[in-house]
Amino acid sequence: MKKLLFAALLAASFPAKAVELTFYYPIAVGGPLTKVVDNLVAGFQKEHPDVRINAVYAGNYDDARIKALAALRAGQPAQMSVLFSIDLYELLEQDVILPFDDVAGTPADKAWLKSFYPALMANGTYKGKVYGIPFQRSTIVMYWNKEAFKEAGLDPEKPPATWNEMAQMARKLVKKDASGNVSRWGVMVPSTGYAYWMFQAFARENGQDLMNREGNQTNFAHADVVGALQYWVDLGKKLKVMPEGTVEWGTLRQSFTEGKTAIMWHTTGNLTAVKDTARFPFGVAMLPASKQRGSPTGGGNWYLFKKSTPAERKAALEFIKWVTAPERTAEWSIATGYVGTRPDAYETPKLKEYVSGFPQAAVARDQLKFATAELSTFQTGRVRKALDDAIQAALTGGKSPADALKAAQQESERLLKPYR
Amino acid sequence: MTTKTWSVPYGWLLLAPAAILLVGFTHYPAAATLVHSLFSTGTAVRPSRFVGLANYAALAHDPVFWQVLGNNFWFALGTIPASIALALLMAIWVNGKLPARALVRMSYFTPTVLPMIAVANLWLYFYTPQIGLLDKVTALFGAGSHNWLGDPHTVMGCLIAMTLWKEAGFFMIFYLAALQSLPPELEEAARVEGASRWYFFRRVSFPLLMPTTLFVLVNATINSFKLVDHLFILTKGGPDNASNLLLYYIYQVAFSFFDTAYASTLTMVLLLLLGAFAILQFQLIEKRVHYR
Amino acid sequence: MNLLEKAAAWLLAILWLLPLLYAMWAAFHPPAYATHLDALAPLTLANFEKAWGYAPFPRHFVNTVILVTMVLAAQLVLCTLAGFAFARFEFAGREIAFALVLLQLMIMPEVLIVENYLSMSRLGLVDSILGIGLPYMASAFGIFLLRQTFKTIPRELEEAARVEGCSWLGVLWRVYVPLARPTYLAYALVSVSYHWNNFLWPLVVTNSVNTRPLTVGLAIFGAPESGVDWSVISAGTLMAVAPLLLAFLLFQRQFMQSFMQAGIK
Repeated sequence: MKKLLFAALLAASFPAKAVELTFYYPIAVGGPLTKVVDNLVAGFQKEHPDVRINAVYAGNYDDARIKALAALRAGQPAQMSVLFSIDLYELLEQDVILPFDDVAGTPADKAWLKSFYPALMANGTYKGKVYGIPFQRSTIVMYWNKEAFKEAGLDPEKPPATWNEMAQMARKLVKKDASGNVSRWGVMVPSTGYAYWMFQAFARENGQDLMNREGNQTNFAHADVVGALQYWVDLGKKLKVMPEGTVEWGTLRQSFTEGKTAIMWHTTGNLTAVKDTARFPFGVAMLPASKQRGSPTGGGNWYLFKKSTPAERKAALEFIKWVTAPERTAEWSIATGYVGTRPDAYETPKLKEYVSGFPQAAVARDQLKFATAELSTFQTGRVRKALDDAIQAALTGGKSPADALKAAQQESERLLKPYR
Repeated sequence: MTTKTWSVPYGWLLLAPAAILLVGFTHYPAAATLVHSLFSTGTAVRPSRFVGLANYAALAHDPVFWQVLGNNFWFALGTIPASIALALLMAIWVNGKLPARALVRMSYFTPTVLPMIAVANLWLYFYTPQIGLLDKVTALFGAGSHNWLGDPHTVMGCLIAMTLWKEAGFFMIFYLAALQSLPPELEEAARVEGASRWYFFRRVSFPLLMPTTLFVLVNATINSFKLVDHLFILTKGGPDNASNLLLYYIYQVAFSFFDTAYASTLTMVLLLLLGAFAILQFQLIEKRVHYR
Repeated sequence: MNLLEKAAAWLLAILWLLPLLYAMWAAFHPPAYATHLDALAPLTLANFEKAWGYAPFPRHFVNTVILVTMVLAAQLVLCTLAGFAFARFEFAGREIAFALVLLQLMIMPEVLIVENYLSMSRLGLVDSILGIGLPYMASAFGIFLLRQTFKTIPRELEEAARVEGCSWLGVLWRVYVPLARPTYLAYALVSVSYHWNNFLWPLVVTNSVNTRPLTVGLAIFGAPESGVDWSVISAGTLMAVAPLLLAFLLFQRQFMQSFMQAGIK
């Protein structure tokens, strides 16, 4: 009510100058994050009384995209939005977004565009122009059970740093009961829900990215990509350190906290939940390397919409700049568990203090220098499903990694040819 | 007919509100599906155009479609006869002399009032390897853990089991109603004759329950094509489409690939299948009416 | 029935209740015990509190209640009129019209989500509760059921009312509707539980908290990026099903009886 009154007063006192902006945003992690966003908006309006902002919570990433597109089509206002970073090509194809370079004119603006971690910019850049500014971003890390390590005679403070080490340690970590049934696995990597995302980590570690910058070419059948899938399959089939078949994304955290696997790969977004339920000491580390370290990023970016006046665009840019400033980024990262999107955010006293008290939070940041963009192309839903199916086919033994990836590559060739 | 009936305009007038909605949301969309299946999907950059049967050609070459169709066949085969048999068995049990009969009847029926989407999460717990209930039970018998939903050979069985759990109690009600309307003298007579319970059931009850069986059969058939809620939580159609069903695939194509034209083509297949069952059903209903 | 059979019936009953029993276990114990069935685990209400805070449950509740009430009210009116027309009126094309109605028994709105979504966006009804309910309001099942019931009502009863000067509407209201009460009750229960639990179409046609029913709200908060939290989900599930479950338990006897009387068989 107070806010309404305040807004009404503002509208009355600045009738000519007031700019009104609407944006949609998704929330993909559990928890009452809408309040955090409302506070951010209120903070901005206090400093900028000539701009009014409506923040509309729109569900998960899919909902937010559908809702924003539907609003634009229906002629309802929306000048910007937080949408999935991999929606870029879909939004380009619908011709609704605008590069930030067109609006960010001053040298200060240009410098701002360069202030984020490059790995987080990859998903938002198309043909040299910036369409997406990183906001709520996550990445994959490795969680390990220190108690299990101790029990297996391993150094509980030393997680595996390479694929070989992980395979060897995992073998020692497998525990069997009297009748020979496995009671604890060495390692689990989820392969439902976001199989392509996990696979990108393997591929990147083996030296390959899965798609090009233009989003019209994939690289699924490359020998090193096949090698990456082979390693994943071998963990189950040959080394017997991971269950055969697919591993469920949604229940893996429980398997880890129940001690049914000694190592798991999962999103940084799980950190708080693991901390709350694990009854043993655990560590968080970067993913192990084959040829190099690597992990994809994921999450939501800010986009600017075309259907807007120059004044609105300017105000929208102002807001996005404000909300991604180091101090706000630090607060946002602490409140949500998302990665701080720019190096100088980690220099702020707030985040410095937080990281020193909870060093696990810094692992994702340190891994960013090895990170790559999340899989995103034109026809992204289909291309992603082709890859997901290939991964699952290989893991369940339906096809060899080479055959499965060849089929996925053929499908993606067919889908992407018209975009070259 | 001895009494006079009211005449023409009133009949249509009474029907009109329902008819408008039915045409608007059943008949029109069915026709529009056919039309859309003959066009390509348009985007802002590429407008939609007439492509003839190209979408159907794509369908014929889509291995996922064939797999999904096959899955749906097995899903139907796994759920329809079993749910009918289970429903009948339940009805006979709770119709007989059973201690705490009301409680048993209630527990059979309870799944019907629970939303599939919510209970799917609970079933997810049952099926989770090692920590799930199913594995905990099999472990008591010394069996190792099994990756129930992650193994293409067992995933469909898991979905069928859950569907049976959800459906059987609902069908039971129809059988129960029918059983209670059977004249009790029949069973008296059979007892006097010294017929066994099984003989009585096979030769008397079951034939008399035929109309109910047909009704349940039709409903179970529709459900086997319509029930996909649990896939959203349990498997998302995986691994590698091993549990994907036609309607879920339509949802994926339409709302995550945004390919409405191909989704319409897939919907046409579903409509044709259901249309064939509809014709079958009309004949069954004719029969039902004769029974009255 | 021998002892073995009784035991089997009981075993099946317990099996059938397991998911609900598990939900209660998980909801009333701390998350650490969700998959750790320890008889000495402490009891807690924290999961309910958490679930209540995670998702806008009150809003979802209101939406669901509005939805099922609206759909049921419309169904009762529309199906009564149409069922009456089919049972007691003679008009050209009646048989064909009836066949066309019955088609919906097979081709339910779930099957036509793609086209109906396009229609709703043309009508501007995407993301509205009316949009969720509209395709279900003219229910072939309801029309069929009421037609059958009306047909079994002896015409002599109708004669008396007519002698008193009732119009067809009066006859419908005073004679047919009261006599069809068990059918209405049974149908209402089926309809309410169907729409309370319906998921796919509401998922497709809504995209904001303001319109989403419980099922869609549950699905979205049940599957966050960080994975399943059974304790919170179970608490949420119990809250979502409680009203319907309670109503069912309370009215179980009446419900079963009306089912028998309605002759839904």
